[in-house]
Amino acid sequence: MAMADQNARQGFRLSMLIYDTRYRSLTIQVVVLMGFMAGGVWLISNMLANLEALGKDLGFGFLKVQAGFEIQPQLIEYSSQSSNLRAMMVGLLNTLMVAVIGCFFATIIGVMIGVARLSKNWIISLLMSVYVEMFRNVPVLLWIVFSLAILSETLPKPNDFRGADATATMYLSESIAFTNRGFYIPLPVFGAGSMVVVITFILALVGVFFFGRWSKTRQEQTGDILPNFWIKLAILVVPALIIFFIMGRPIGLDYPALKGFNFQGGLKIGTPFLAILFALVAYTAAFIAEAVRSGIQAIDKGQSEAAFALGLRPNRTMSLIILPQALRVIIPPLISQYLNLAKNSSLAVAVGYIEIMGTIGGSVLNQTGREMECILLVMVAYLSISLSVSMIMNLYNNSVKLKER
Amino acid sequence: MADLSFVRTDMLPDQPAPLGETGVLRWLRTNLFSSIPNTIITIAAIYAVYFTLSHFLPWAIQPSWTKTSMRDCFDSVEVTGACWGVVTERFNQLMFGFYPPDQQWRIMLTVVLMLAAIAPVLFDKIPRKALVFSAIYPFLAFWLIWGDSVWAPAMVMAGFVIAYYIIKFLNPVAGAIVGITTAVLVAVIWWLYAVVPVSIFINNIIPIELDIVKSREIGGFALSIIIGVSGIALSFPLGVILALGRQSDMFIVKVLCVGFIEFIRGVPLIALLFVASTLLSFFLPKGTSFDLLLRVVILVTLFAAAYLAEVIRGGLAALPTGQYEAADALGLDYWKSMQLIIMPQALKISIPGIVSNFIGLFKDTTLVSIIGLLDPVGLTLAIRGDVDWAGILWELYLFIALMFWIFTFSMSRYSMYLERKLKTSH
Repeated sequence: MAMADQNARQGFRLSMLIYDTRYRSLTIQVVVLMGFMAGGVWLISNMLANLEALGKDLGFGFLKVQAGFEIQPQLIEYSSQSSNLRAMMVGLLNTLMVAVIGCFFATIIGVMIGVARLSKNWIISLLMSVYVEMFRNVPVLLWIVFSLAILSETLPKPNDFRGADATATMYLSESIAFTNRGFYIPLPVFGAGSMVVVITFILALVGVFFFGRWSKTRQEQTGDILPNFWIKLAILVVPALIIFFIMGRPIGLDYPALKGFNFQGGLKIGTPFLAILFALVAYTAAFIAEAVRSGIQAIDKGQSEAAFALGLRPNRTMSLIILPQALRVIIPPLISQYLNLAKNSSLAVAVGYIEIMGTIGGSVLNQTGREMECILLVMVAYLSISLSVSMIMNLYNNSVKLKER
Repeated sequence: MADLSFVRTDMLPDQPAPLGETGVLRWLRTNLFSSIPNTIITIAAIYAVYFTLSHFLPWAIQPSWTKTSMRDCFDSVEVTGACWGVVTERFNQLMFGFYPPDQQWRIMLTVVLMLAAIAPVLFDKIPRKALVFSAIYPFLAFWLIWGDSVWAPAMVMAGFVIAYYIIKFLNPVAGAIVGITTAVLVAVIWWLYAVVPVSIFINNIIPIELDIVKSREIGGFALSIIIGVSGIALSFPLGVILALGRQSDMFIVKVLCVGFIEFIRGVPLIALLFVASTLLSFFLPKGTSFDLLLRVVILVTLFAAAYLAEVIRGGLAALPTGQYEAADALGLDYWKSMQLIIMPQALKISIPGIVSNFIGLFKDTTLVSIIGLLDPVGLTLAIRGDVDWAGILWELYLFIALMFWIFTFSMSRYSMYLERKLKTSH
């Protein structure tokens, strides 16, 4: 009693800031915050002093200035007269293009390889292990320059397609050409009335969605399983095809053709884009394959045995029992692989594919000499890509996560 | 009637197993030809392997290891494919960059000593005393690689020794806070004001010097290993601190750590390397300029630390709460419980992640070629710029890829070994 009184009487002493656990964390936080702010102020004042010494200022006015350099490919209209801001946007879209297409293919290939690695066929699983170890253990930059070298050294020049003694040929009845400048493929041309076909197709997509829901409810009520895949395919294709022919084939294809020294028409997919895409897809697929393999192996064997005991066939066991559970394990590493792919796309500078790093972090930076602002913009761009991807994927992850109640 | 029935009274001898159920045939049947689709796949795969090898091997197996230029290979009758002469002729350069040839023993020695220094960390059978050498090693390596007087790194190290002894003697007398604060202050004062004059003074009396080598002369795999190993070593403590900070109850500490980790992880390494090459000098007092290699190591360390922190955080989160509570119940304070109970277990759980992080970091060292350092990938440009080797391509890339593969593959095998060794569950 006396002790307690004494403590109460003494009240707050300064040493309690350090020795009393109630206050200690507060002290530490204040010290850390002060240290952080002091460091920040020191860095920023250094930066301002340095900029002043060089006669530079901070500002984003340079974004409105004419860019004066060309960018290939461009998803939105852009010319060398456009502003630096426009150039940055073109670069950002190019980054997103390679990231989205890359993630798509990397997922497909990665899942296939991951599943094949667990195959009972000895030679298949061996080959897949070789693939995974080969791609995972060599730097991605090396793969990128390697794939550029393969594309530009081993493929024929456009010139080789020419004349009677052409050494190279186009494929699929003269519609696709693989050259060292890029791949040329037919480009769809939307004529008058093509909108009707497109709208039909979109309606069919909606129809497929509703059919899927109806079929599931029906299955739950009656136990019957319809041949869902074929019905969905029919809904998707048949009406659109009928309309397509009724409207008099409004969607045509523009085929690439050799004119002069190069191919004209069609859609050109440039070699730098292909180089970075192939390398990133192959590299990331190896990592995704590992995630898929470990995800499937993480599922207890009892699960598949239980499914067999219930009389499910192997493919139904996989799709209804194993994969839904494996997905929970697979998705978190998959997210980080998607993010890695998006970030690795910045290595496109090594092969001359112009994306955000090549525009704002490259040409614009070199022309305006504004390192600070340009690199800040690059970082902001990548940060927003990363944070939004991880946000979306986390939402998805929460929806498939095991619900603990 | 009854004796018509016949019951065998003796056992039949064992039949040998059917031919398809034993030995090689059984293995072939179950692993390669278990069903018709499987057989088709097997044959297709074998053909694919044959096709690849039948094109690759004739190209790769060439008596061209002694050729000294591209022209040599073209002129030679027996060389029809790969010109491996570039690997023999430029081997030194690919390994050491432009490090002075008569000084290259220093790099070799550094690498050999590195093995000696990390051995006690990796294998616990080696006596603990050997860790002293591991502590000395970074300073020794710095001196060996960059040369100049031995006394400068020695005096920097002396700062750590002084701080250690101050803590050791002052802590029991005046308490931990006073001891640590004094030690840090004394060490900083020592480094700022005493290291330079003292090392110059000692060097005048006992001069032990090596030729100075400039950072831009270092290249090849030596550069990759320097950046990789110092990044790994320096990022480890930082990563542990960041992970603890992220799991901390203190709001401000947590926010700062999360902000740092998410920022670094959201940005590609190449952007950070651009920061190292162009921006970092802006943030330092006017007139400070230090080596590009050092700047790169700093940024690589920060980068690796953020990733490492996430891996270790995973390990911390995977520990059952009972471990934390048990540590508290034993009356251990925060640092003691972390050091003795939590961290050993959390690190063990996160070993696979940590090693794959390190492998990733080592592979990422190739990115420095984009900012102009001469790592192996950067050297390919320099070599192809030479008249003798203009147009060489596959041989160099294959060699570099193989070297990286050997490094990283052995690291990943080591991590598996470590996992098995540290496994305590059944």
